[in-house]
Amino acid sequence: MIEVHQGRLQTPFYARQKALDGLNQWHNWNGYTVPDALYCADHEYFAIRNATAVFDLSPMNKYRITGPDAYAFLDRLLTRDLSSLAVGRVAYAVWCDGAGQVIDDGTVFRLADEDFRLCCAGRHAAWFADSARGFDVDIVEETADIAALAVQGPTSFSVLERMGLDGLASLKPFAHREFSFGGRELLVSRTGFTGDLGYELWLEPSQAVSIWDALFRAGELTGIRAIGTEALALSRIEATFLEPGVDFLHADETVRQGRSRSPFELGLDWLVDFGKPVFNGRQALARERREGSTWQLVRLDIEGNKPAPDAYVYAKPGRDNIGFVTSAAWSPVCKQNIALATVKAPHGRIGSELWVEIYYQREMHWQKKMARATVTRGPFWNPERRRVTPPLPY
Amino acid sequence: MTERYDAIVIGAGHNGLVCAIRLAQSGKRVLLLEAANRVGGLAVTEEFHDGFWVSTGAQLLHQLQPAVMKAIGVRVPSVVERMATVVLAEDGDHVRLLDNDVSGPASGEAAAFAEFRQLGLRLARFLNQQFLRRPPRFDGDTRRLARLGLGLRLLGKADMRELLRLVGQNMHDEVNARFSHPLLKAAICLDAVTGTHTGPRSPGSVVTWLHRLAGQDGAVSQPAGGVGAVSEALAARAVKLGVELRTGQPVDRIVVDNGRVAGVESGGERFESWTVISNADPKTTVQRLVGERHFETPYLKRIHHYRSDGNVAKLHLALDGLPEAAGLDDTDFQSRLLIAPGEDAIEAAFNPAKYGEFSADPVMEISLPSAADDRCAPEGQHVLSAIVQYAPYRLAGGWTDDARDRYTDLCLQTLSRYFPDISRRVVALELMTPVDIEHRFGVYGGHWHHGEIGLDQFMFTRPVVGASQYRQPLDGLWLCGAGTHPGGGVSGAPGYNAAEAILELEQRR
Repeated sequence: MIEVHQGRLQTPFYARQKALDGLNQWHNWNGYTVPDALYCADHEYFAIRNATAVFDLSPMNKYRITGPDAYAFLDRLLTRDLSSLAVGRVAYAVWCDGAGQVIDDGTVFRLADEDFRLCCAGRHAAWFADSARGFDVDIVEETADIAALAVQGPTSFSVLERMGLDGLASLKPFAHREFSFGGRELLVSRTGFTGDLGYELWLEPSQAVSIWDALFRAGELTGIRAIGTEALALSRIEATFLEPGVDFLHADETVRQGRSRSPFELGLDWLVDFGKPVFNGRQALARERREGSTWQLVRLDIEGNKPAPDAYVYAKPGRDNIGFVTSAAWSPVCKQNIALATVKAPHGRIGSELWVEIYYQREMHWQKKMARATVTRGPFWNPERRRVTPPLPY
Repeated sequence: MTERYDAIVIGAGHNGLVCAIRLAQSGKRVLLLEAANRVGGLAVTEEFHDGFWVSTGAQLLHQLQPAVMKAIGVRVPSVVERMATVVLAEDGDHVRLLDNDVSGPASGEAAAFAEFRQLGLRLARFLNQQFLRRPPRFDGDTRRLARLGLGLRLLGKADMRELLRLVGQNMHDEVNARFSHPLLKAAICLDAVTGTHTGPRSPGSVVTWLHRLAGQDGAVSQPAGGVGAVSEALAARAVKLGVELRTGQPVDRIVVDNGRVAGVESGGERFESWTVISNADPKTTVQRLVGERHFETPYLKRIHHYRSDGNVAKLHLALDGLPEAAGLDDTDFQSRLLIAPGEDAIEAAFNPAKYGEFSADPVMEISLPSAADDRCAPEGQHVLSAIVQYAPYRLAGGWTDDARDRYTDLCLQTLSRYFPDISRRVVALELMTPVDIEHRFGVYGGHWHHGEIGLDQFMFTRPVVGASQYRQPLDGLWLCGAGTHPGGGVSGAPGYNAAEAILELEQRR
């Protein structure tokens, strides 16, 4: 009889994380079991902002795109201008369906002239295969073949340097480079989902344990911590990175009319390049540009300290609501009550004042509170150290 | 030095010709490029053997739109205006059909036949109104949608109900609900499936029948000089109107510059125009002439899945005299002769084709153009032309010479059952498989309607959703061939409608 594995998969770092696990709180991410938190989400969050946090992002979907038309394929697939994506660089990008609605976002690594890696949340083999017609390109899903760790936080540079990554100092944000480690190649990119100084390590699963151990040895004196998804989720709201499935839905998974979003509606205008003669969604997006968008994603700074998850948003109290909050948190590092929300355009101009209706429960009974909110520009958390090259040592 | 034209039409098939004429009538400077050395595409009459001429593609006219021909000022005389049909019986007890009349062994069902045919004609007239204009889009095309709805409503309650019932119906069930004589049922079923990859039991095979009835109001005609004479007449008209017509000039590619069409390249020459209209089928146009990278994925995917594998072979025989046949007199040879012993026999012929095999017992629509038109063959001799089904484009093992010989033998065996001396009379023969049609006429899959006619590729969805109004999602690129609404058959409607759409867009700008 053939045994079919039905349970959640374990990442190459599972054993090491399990050894540090004091909570036994795990969930499913893309078929793998991953921790919500390992000992305390709050402490793990402060490792991101004050020391070094290590997050296992092996379950992230990875696609390898190679061949003479690999660039042309991506150029037609993605909405953004890719011409500045040199070998050794990483670009954030979104891709759209024919209606100009965002299917997913992700990062594109240019590993060589005709060799790219695309990392994203969703599975898109079918869409990529459909989009590959007419291009001389090979697309392979390599999620299970590449283990990955995010090493994030103000001391992350020093930890990695101490681990033996010579020359890391010159690696600029959104750049990647191969380093020699333990006699083997290790790809390091200066990228992350925390909005802080940080790196991502891309390696073969067989290297996983030795690299984990070396990393934690090197970080022992600088507060290195393994973290779960809860801490990461808070830090990404502060950095105002969008989370697919939360702040927008994969367009190919929505059923109801109007539940998907265009790049414009997500505030990603800078990722749409009409200078390109053709890309998926171009015709629909050009129409939207002419006729106006329906929604606008906004960053809200809300008065008070009650987080506003799932809150309705109003232009004025007592009127019909104009939208809703998709992500919200009290930001410990910014000391701000922050949220990402979707409102009907043309509401949500930078600097305008909106109201959110915050719901909270006190001993079973629900309460609500109207709170003033300001639409702000840019990420809530965007420290200088994120960009400085070389990064400051600790 | 390159020249700029108001429009370039690729392919001087009948639709390309009609489109070019209509544009030239409006004062446009039109260049019409044809790969072959003669005009006509699949509406062409050629000498396949010394002194023997045959209409290589379409053999008769069912759907040529009088309104289109009138608008462009072309008249084509017929040698047979309303052709009769003889459904052959091996024992010579044939069923004869002409318009609404039935004679022969099925004559007892004449009233039922007349009723059904008249219903078909009423519904086909409604369809034909739609065929002479652009189909509506689903979004924001209220005026056209309303006109479609109104036309439907004006059919009256009874006919509207019948149309809605028949839209998804299969012809096998429909004829069995109405008739009993197998040859009568077979005649209707064969007309419903000729030229398609469907059998009588396939859903939607009533609509294909209605499609065939539209245009000439149910009449089948034989133009003087063959179907190619239509194309010749169109070409003469085009040239007279100033269309620059070049034959033997295959287009290598459609030039795209910065996201819009800028002209075509042909044999090292470049012709410039902001409007390029392709009379080639949708797949050939998009995948070969333009190139897939110039389009967005969803459109490409639809074009990729556009059903366009041909399933029809064409048999041409040069005969040293009329074949003998029980129960046929000489004038009967001026009719369409059908070989289809029953509706189930057609379905049985279709079955192997679903799995990549040709029919063991093929069914045929036969014409002998020389019987009414002595230009087609040397005196006393004749040409037999037959549409033979089924012959799948993707034959298992491929259309090798051996496969072609085997199928030719099968066809001759079938013919011999009705014309015992036929093999002895054959002076020359030619069998064109879908692969041959693809190579000779540049039609993807060798489908002579440039793609299946079925509910999924009809009106709003022909060739594909979102591109059914001739204009394709690349600035300056248009389709005008049988792959667009209202589809195949020698009708001229796609070409005419495409030209109208181009002129209308220009006016709006």
